[in-house]
Amino acid sequence: MATRSLDTLGASLAPAPRPVVLPLPRQPGVRSARRLGLGTPHPYGWLLGPALLVAYWAAGSASGFIDARILPAPWVAISTGIDLWHEGRLQANLLISVIRAVEGVALGTVLGVALALISGLSLLGGYVFDGLIQIKRSIPVVALIPFFILWFGIGEVMKVTVITLIVFLPVYIQTHNALRSIDIRYVELAETLRLDQWQFLRRIVLPGALPGVLLGLRFGVMASWLGLVVVEEFNSTSGIGHMIDLARTYAQSDVMLVGLVLYAVLGVSSDLLVRGLERRLLGWRRTLGQ
Amino acid sequence: MSAVGLSAPVVRVRHLVRRFTLKGVLNGIDLDIAPGEFVALLGASGSGKSTLLRAIADLDHEAEGSGELTVPERLSVVFQDARLLPWLSLLDNVILGLNQPDARERGRVALAEVGLAGRETALPDQLSGGEQQRVALARALVREPELLLADEPFGALDALTRIRMHALVKRLSAIHRPAILLVTHDVDEAIELADRIVVLDAGKIATDITTALPDDPEARLHRFAEVRQQLLARLGVADAGLFGPLGGARPLADPAG
Repeated sequence: MATRSLDTLGASLAPAPRPVVLPLPRQPGVRSARRLGLGTPHPYGWLLGPALLVAYWAAGSASGFIDARILPAPWVAISTGIDLWHEGRLQANLLISVIRAVEGVALGTVLGVALALISGLSLLGGYVFDGLIQIKRSIPVVALIPFFILWFGIGEVMKVTVITLIVFLPVYIQTHNALRSIDIRYVELAETLRLDQWQFLRRIVLPGALPGVLLGLRFGVMASWLGLVVVEEFNSTSGIGHMIDLARTYAQSDVMLVGLVLYAVLGVSSDLLVRGLERRLLGWRRTLGQ
Repeated sequence: MSAVGLSAPVVRVRHLVRRFTLKGVLNGIDLDIAPGEFVALLGASGSGKSTLLRAIADLDHEAEGSGELTVPERLSVVFQDARLLPWLSLLDNVILGLNQPDARERGRVALAEVGLAGRETALPDQLSGGEQQRVALARALVREPELLLADEPFGALDALTRIRMHALVKRLSAIHRPAILLVTHDVDEAIELADRIVVLDAGKIATDITTALPDDPEARLHRFAEVRQQLLARLGVADAGLFGPLGGARPLADPAG
């Protein structure tokens, strides 16, 4: 009704206005909607920075700008790595390091998710565990190693325990945070749909907290390699850390470099693994970065 | 109305009082809803209409209050937002919490009923707002509710989508015959859809009228304008005479008396 009266008003006042046709191609200086997203990402774009660094390093080594005694050339890492492989030292040390890291990550993730569920989903559980974990959080795990040696000796148990605790913390914190920030609207929905505890947990709580679990896992996996370095350079007889420490004693900077490159490769590939997992499991999410 | 009025009410509210620290209050509500009856609940913001709906839906744990409340066992709620779980497919959203062995088949039928056949595996994010609200409607109806509570379910939709949703709700409520309590602030929507309109004001029932729209188009239009005028007066809105030629031709009954 209202619109009709407006139409008649317009018609009575003036002849129909001629349509104004705007030029379609945008001209420079003409204001256009600016896209605030990031544009289309290149799948291997993240390699640009590392590639630039390696190029600088290679150029520096080749020109003699970087002293080989300070930092060997990048190709030395490869040739020494091949030598070490033929000697059999490389794969033996690599294997033991990977086993330690995998054990620690697995145990730390299970522990972190389990405790986060207990303290995130029940008030009593929170009272029992959350305070403890916040206190534990303020003590660097490395500072606990002397005690762990006292309790567990210097063998594998001590090493895996340290890595487990290092991984546990970010997994716990991120999962707990995700659990506590599950939308209250979904809780209401679950109540009106009369979901039982198990359905609520399986259909709403766990999928809702999964982004947090995976974020914690990413932090945890990266931290596990840090833990590995620490425990392997503490009176160890095997592992990449041990190999680096031994090389330091004999000033074999090329072997030290191989160890560093291995850590980088392990760290990045494990992170890629978790991110692949994220993409598979969180396909329903649409975010700025994707 | 008389036919449904005879059977025992599906919802029975007596002397219902609710007090929140922040949001709405109810000051002694008495309300019966008959099986299959479509009741619209109108009222200004803060009049307590959402509070009443949440009390009936048993979602007001934090409220203090008193009164008597009888609600059926099978009860569904449609919220203003579709409230679909983004990680579940449409079908899994519809049958969430449904424990019958034939749940998936029934979910498929319910999705087809709201015009989303073949979209069972889609994710909620791939749907428009209107489509998402249709899934929410399917999720509510697949439970064969005796009572359907809807809290401004079309409030977030554009005008055209809303008209389509009205037709859909009319059709589906005629098939499933649940009692419906629709909270809305849209007077026209209330008259169009409901058998009966209850106006809340400051936590009390101010008006309770039966729309009784006749089938004859002209008489229907006239009755529509009449009810609209009454409701607007009750809601404290002066009718700017949009329906002037219709309603203004002869004086309407004084809505206050």
